[in-house]
Amino acid sequence: MWLFFLRRLLLAILACMTVMVISFTLTRLSGNLAASIAGPNASAADIAIITKNYGLDRPLPVQFLDWARHAAEGDLGRSYLYHVPVWSLIRQRLPITLTLGLIAILMALAVSIPLGILAAAREGTIIDRAIMLIALIGQAMPNFWLGLVLIIFLALDLQWFPISGVDTWHGYILPAIVLAFSAVPALMRLTRSGMIEALAADYIRTARAKGLSRSKVILKHALRNAAMPVVAITAVQLGYMLGGSVVIEAVFALPGVGYLAWDSITKNDFPVVQAIVLFLALLYIALTLLADLVNALLDPRLRR
Amino acid sequence: MNGNLVLPGMWRRIKLPPLRHTLTLFGAAIVSLAVFVAIFAPLLAPHNPFTQNLGNRLIPPLWMGGQLSHLLGTDQLGRDYFSRLIFGTRISIIIGVSTVIASGLIGITLGLLGGFYGGRIDDAVMFLITCRLSIPIILVALTVVAMVGSSLTIVILTLGLLLWDRFAVVARTATMQVRNLDYVAAAEAAGASRVHVLLREILPNIANHLIVVATLEMALAIMLEASLSFLGLGVPPPLPSWGLMIAEAKDYMFFSPWVIMIPGIALFVLVLGINLLGDGLRDLLGADRAQ
Amino acid sequence: MNVSSAAPVLDIANLRIAFGMRAEPVRGLSLSIHRGETHCLVGESGCGKSVSALSVMNLLAKGATRSADHIRFHQQDLLKLSEREMARLRGDKIAMIFQEPMTSLNPAYTIGSQMAEVLERHRRAPRRQALEKAADLLARVGVTAPGMRLGQYPHQLSGGLRQRVMIAMALMCDPELLIADEPTTALDVTVQAQILRLLLELQQERGLALLMITHDLGVVARMANRVSVMYAGQVVESGPVQPLFAAPSHPYTRGLLACIPVPGNGQSAAPLGSIPGTVPRLAPGFTGCGFHDRCLHATPDCTGAIPTQSPSQGHDYLCRLTPGWTKEAA
Repeated sequence: MWLFFLRRLLLAILACMTVMVISFTLTRLSGNLAASIAGPNASAADIAIITKNYGLDRPLPVQFLDWARHAAEGDLGRSYLYHVPVWSLIRQRLPITLTLGLIAILMALAVSIPLGILAAAREGTIIDRAIMLIALIGQAMPNFWLGLVLIIFLALDLQWFPISGVDTWHGYILPAIVLAFSAVPALMRLTRSGMIEALAADYIRTARAKGLSRSKVILKHALRNAAMPVVAITAVQLGYMLGGSVVIEAVFALPGVGYLAWDSITKNDFPVVQAIVLFLALLYIALTLLADLVNALLDPRLRR
Repeated sequence: MNGNLVLPGMWRRIKLPPLRHTLTLFGAAIVSLAVFVAIFAPLLAPHNPFTQNLGNRLIPPLWMGGQLSHLLGTDQLGRDYFSRLIFGTRISIIIGVSTVIASGLIGITLGLLGGFYGGRIDDAVMFLITCRLSIPIILVALTVVAMVGSSLTIVILTLGLLLWDRFAVVARTATMQVRNLDYVAAAEAAGASRVHVLLREILPNIANHLIVVATLEMALAIMLEASLSFLGLGVPPPLPSWGLMIAEAKDYMFFSPWVIMIPGIALFVLVLGINLLGDGLRDLLGADRAQ
Repeated sequence: MNVSSAAPVLDIANLRIAFGMRAEPVRGLSLSIHRGETHCLVGESGCGKSVSALSVMNLLAKGATRSADHIRFHQQDLLKLSEREMARLRGDKIAMIFQEPMTSLNPAYTIGSQMAEVLERHRRAPRRQALEKAADLLARVGVTAPGMRLGQYPHQLSGGLRQRVMIAMALMCDPELLIADEPTTALDVTVQAQILRLLLELQQERGLALLMITHDLGVVARMANRVSVMYAGQVVESGPVQPLFAAPSHPYTRGLLACIPVPGNGQSAAPLGSIPGTVPRLAPGFTGCGFHDRCLHATPDCTGAIPTQSPSQGHDYLCRLTPGWTKEAA
């Protein structure tokens, strides 16, 4: 098993390096980065100064290696806008995004897993169809629009939640609901299909032949085996939430990493953009590795 | 083998499940309606969607005390909402179809190659897919548009370059399943070139899976474009993208909620319809396996 | 082999199983088993024997319906029990072991955990006590190092070991009736013999009533006190094993027995028997003899109701041909 993980780790590192190249290239797409930073009213002299100061006249591979080397040591550069280390900006915003993501994934799991199990146990019945319909609706709902609608009705009209910001923990609820909405369909479907497959297995027949109660058969015997793909996709969904929260954070004006990214993109603060893309990718890779680890714990067959 | 495209996999397995059927038809109806509206938009829209009329700003829809000439009211610049909605359909459909073509080309090619050749090539394809899955696509799309400029073409290209992963995964798995079947071996034994085998023998037989993926990716592309436009880094104004309409209306939503409800509902209904159609196709074509 | 003359442990009367409107895999099965008795239900694949076994404890898949005059376990009619009441019997008084030991154990839990939960469920036993009993039973069924095995996972054991575990697990609550659905089919030949011997020993020790499903006449010869031969959803012949093997009366049974090569028999030059044709798929509602289209002695009457013949006490068969016909035909 350790060999398996070593290989995964090496591939993960390789993927990180590739992502580094991608995120670096991204910010150089406009052709003339100095001009973008300087803004539309800049003179040629301004552009020249910026080019000199930020080392933008060096050949691209040199710029990349310089950045990569620093990044590997933890130095993600300095923000052009705020003149502070990028990492300090990220670190400041990270708790908000992480809290939001965790609350959202917990909400999503709390809804998806019971409903998925129910749909599987009642496969083919009205209940199953209804649950699948919920999944479809969740899939089709544009998250930013849902956010706005919730703000109008729950925050403005009913005043249950604040309209924006996270001064109190109430501020996390609405955005978490919206994020959870987009994760629920995939989680629910996978729980359902995993359970259906598990329930069709021979060992379920054995469990029933032993006289175990229905709930025990489902929850103890089937769920454990159905859990693995669900774990994998939970990690993926959490990754999406952390990477895709930019829209939600913009709608709800939450000062998280996503909002920082969007702000930096519109203001051409490219070290921040580069760093955030890299950071989120690394987070995703780490999450999937973690999911593999959890799966190895769940399935003894993987542990040899 | 004689030049005709054979589609055995697809037609042999059509079975009609009962209740699902209605939902699928519903989805198909929505999608057909949307395509129809997109094609005939200039004929269907009562007004020019770009014409501003600042004297007629924010007229509510007909059922809220509006006028007959503006069925769904007007937006903050006096433009007829109904017409903008219709032309917005055109944008969504164009985005959906073009992105799917672009991402499909990339993803299916990679999947076919990886599944067919296996070994190192497959490892490379899997690695590419992993890298693609790691990157936060919304951020990347936003960055590209910010760097290169926003236009319909840029959005299509960007999304096309980002949304190929599911095509690749499904094409790869399906190719691996089909690869060892007899008719492939027969074609190879008859001296057919690799390209011929891929295009004439394998591709038609995995087409049913790919059609399902295409519908789902189309829905995703439309949603993503709406998100990008909402954030101001998608389709540029004054194009009536629904996402953009919602963004523009955001400042007025507290007073005139219909300005965000209408395009939002349109978006929701279209995406729902596409998803229903895709799910129905999946049942009909028996394409459950390669998930 | 003390066969009690008291009331049977299991008494099935006229069991019918249908898969919706599509098929009727069992068209009227009756059998009874007494304490300490082994009853083998034998037939080819597709004859309905496995599904009959599953229906006793109501473990049929969705979409299958069972009906019968009664399915009595001692005095209780199992047909009348609710699912809850049935679940209380399963694993406790009635236990079942299955054909595929590879997939019949949950790969995610240890052997010990899966065995202990039976006792925990039915006797509310604490875990420690349950594990002790599990270890004892594992030792009894011939599993070496039982303590260690309790902590192992199914994938770490061979097929033969897994089947022993299944047997031990079935015995956790000292059942009175054990249903074994082709327990040795998936095992190596050498292991088969061991498992069968084990089952016989356990039965004699505990006075188990054993219902053994098999397609192998050799198993029948070894294990059975009584045998029921099944074909196309019906029991075509049943009786005590010796008289039945000595004087098989139904054409199908005769055909089956003729198929078995007997080493050392003087007729080595004679061709091995075979039954022409294949197992039919009968339309639901067919009331005649399922074997009629393959039977050398069939007449048009055979598609109608078939009488039960009885050449000797306890030995019955379903055929138009009267007892003693074999002497004329030979």
